[in-house]
Amino acid sequence: MNPKIHFLQGNEACVEAALYAGVQFYAGYPITPSTEIAEHMAYRLPQKGGKFIQMEDEIASICAIIGASLTGHKVMTATSGPGFSLMQEGLGYAIMAEIPCVIVNVQRGGPSTGLPTGPSQGDIYQARWGTHGDHAIIALTASNHQDIFEITVQAFNMAETYRTPVILLFDEVIGHMRERLIMPEEGEIPVVDRLRTSVKAGVDYHPYLPREDGRLPMSDFGGEHRYNVTGLFHDMWGFPSDNPAVVHGLLRHLVDKIRNNVQAITRYKEYHLEDAQTILISYGCSARSALHVVQNRRARGERLGLLELQSLWPFPYSLVEEKCAEARHIVVVEMNMGQVVRAVKRAVYNPERVVLANRIDGSFITPTDIKNILRLIQGKGV
Amino acid sequence: MAKLKLKAHHIDRDWCKGCGICVRFCPKHVLQLDDREKAYAAHPEKCIGCRLCEMRCPDLSITVETEEEGEKS
Amino acid sequence: MASVKEYIRERFFPHIWCPGCGHGTVLKSLITAVDQLGLSKNDIVMVSGIGCSSRIAGYVDFHTLHTLHGRALAFATGVKLSKPQLRVMVPMGDGDALAIGGNHFIHAARRNIAMTAIVMNNRIYGMTGGQFSPLSGYGKAATTAPYGNIDHDFDVVQLAKAAGASFVARTTTYHAPQMVEILKQAFTHKGFAVVEILTQCPTYFGRKNKMGEAPDMLEWFKENTTPIGSQAKQKNPSLIERGVFVAEEKAEYCTEYEKVVERAMKGRE
Repeated sequence: MNPKIHFLQGNEACVEAALYAGVQFYAGYPITPSTEIAEHMAYRLPQKGGKFIQMEDEIASICAIIGASLTGHKVMTATSGPGFSLMQEGLGYAIMAEIPCVIVNVQRGGPSTGLPTGPSQGDIYQARWGTHGDHAIIALTASNHQDIFEITVQAFNMAETYRTPVILLFDEVIGHMRERLIMPEEGEIPVVDRLRTSVKAGVDYHPYLPREDGRLPMSDFGGEHRYNVTGLFHDMWGFPSDNPAVVHGLLRHLVDKIRNNVQAITRYKEYHLEDAQTILISYGCSARSALHVVQNRRARGERLGLLELQSLWPFPYSLVEEKCAEARHIVVVEMNMGQVVRAVKRAVYNPERVVLANRIDGSFITPTDIKNILRLIQGKGV
Repeated sequence: MAKLKLKAHHIDRDWCKGCGICVRFCPKHVLQLDDREKAYAAHPEKCIGCRLCEMRCPDLSITVETEEEGEKS
Repeated sequence: MASVKEYIRERFFPHIWCPGCGHGTVLKSLITAVDQLGLSKNDIVMVSGIGCSSRIAGYVDFHTLHTLHGRALAFATGVKLSKPQLRVMVPMGDGDALAIGGNHFIHAARRNIAMTAIVMNNRIYGMTGGQFSPLSGYGKAATTAPYGNIDHDFDVVQLAKAAGASFVARTTTYHAPQMVEILKQAFTHKGFAVVEILTQCPTYFGRKNKMGEAPDMLEWFKENTTPIGSQAKQKNPSLIERGVFVAEEKAEYCTEYEKVVERAMKGRE
């Protein structure tokens, strides 16, 4: 047997990828359907000299990883629905204090306790706007285990590059499904390490003064530079400030550092888009069914294509607009009442071309569900 | 141990908020508040260098400088 | 001792606390304890939450993390476990530590992770203007208890003991020399240390409850507290005991986790 080939759950693939990316600290609280991430971390992390801790709740979990990130470690937590709601407070803190960290949300049906073991993609806007106040966020997703691996490594890379929390929006289907993963070789996927300051001890260090390229080199807690970290608006030393110029400058910085890098952050896959008259747009588990339909119809000569989004926030408006310019119909396939479809409608000209193919009953959306919508669009009835 | 003797009370008037804790609990009634409600050593000669004022001052504005008895300043 | 100015961020003084607020005395005692122990500023991380108490972190020249209301111990747990060689101090208010942060408090104590939790107990929410806290006590007055408080308080020391803290002590701002000694013991304790410090809020708790000015409130601490196991306590059980209630050796979390790593790595061979 090839030792590089594994047969595992998506949740386990996520853990292996985090280890590949250099995760050193994990704090979490059990919750379906993300629990296997905690279980696998508890087993694997100490094997690599890392630390795993089971906290008293999800609030404490995200706080603990922020603390561990400040001592110079790559950190992660994972949760689902209700736990993700509890993490919003800490998420906002990590945004404000610019703490690199990765938060996995293996989505389940909501609101509230909802459907613990049923799949859903209902947290797209919670990932974007769940924490209070103006801010920008990065949220990534994937539809198969090979891509979970790749995108998890990218999540760590982006967290370090932009000094920000990055959300991985997986779902119950890909989290629990078992399939093949070919473990990438070391170096096959680039890994971004933490950027540390070159300012020497005794020289004034500004933890919150961006360089010309927008990046902020860090200094580990316990190191030579003693500074302050706060969730309040703060000056370049990290001390609280309500000076209007400071407040304005910091908020712009927090938003612009993501917004100005949409292209660099955008991740997607495309299938048969070149001449597609009907374009399916999907992500996560739904994209599996969408891809099945596209391949099936292409084999019959129908001009169908798939745009699979792997970065949902910042939303790749220009990409969607460009890819859909010539399409007659745009069908957004997702497992919610219509979340990404809203962003797609904002992105394209003639948004009346955009329709939603969804399923919201806690069952996985099937190719048949999508085909039924296509029949309706094509005037064939169901 | 040699007996401690007061050298000086250093009171930061900008930091002192005039709460009166040092005045109330000085065992020798050395300190008082002036007309601007700032602490000052009204009777430094009575000071025994116990530093309770320094330890309790919530404004961190008092430093009691002492020397051992017999030492020359 | 070295000048207090060696340990503070002088440009932020005078501090924001009200005249007579006990938090400044806690700051002073903490600095004195650090100085007497000869600790290095680079080795200390102070993690605070939200409220009047949390502002203490802004004033000390350590690594400082000013976090969310009630969550200081959770952040501190991440700091400590990820870098156990650091000394972690977590000053919190009574509402911060024991209302919104009560669960984190219990579980940090239960894990016995080496850090010092300092509960600056002034029995009121000061930053928001004088609402009752879980430690205000039955019958006390506060802006959210205009007809008298019907919430009962609890004993922080008993709670910390029951939750498994391996060092538990109590003192007051009146007893500043004792505070320094207790903090020194707490800072060097190998486990979770809880130090409850009764401190005065003359602006809200004092005024609302007609306890007089700051010196009068210190007088109250003097009159109503007694060393643990004193004869006075036997005669007057309503006196609040001061001193070290628990100081025991117990498996510490970070040390235990090192053993987990060892076992995990052995399994790999």
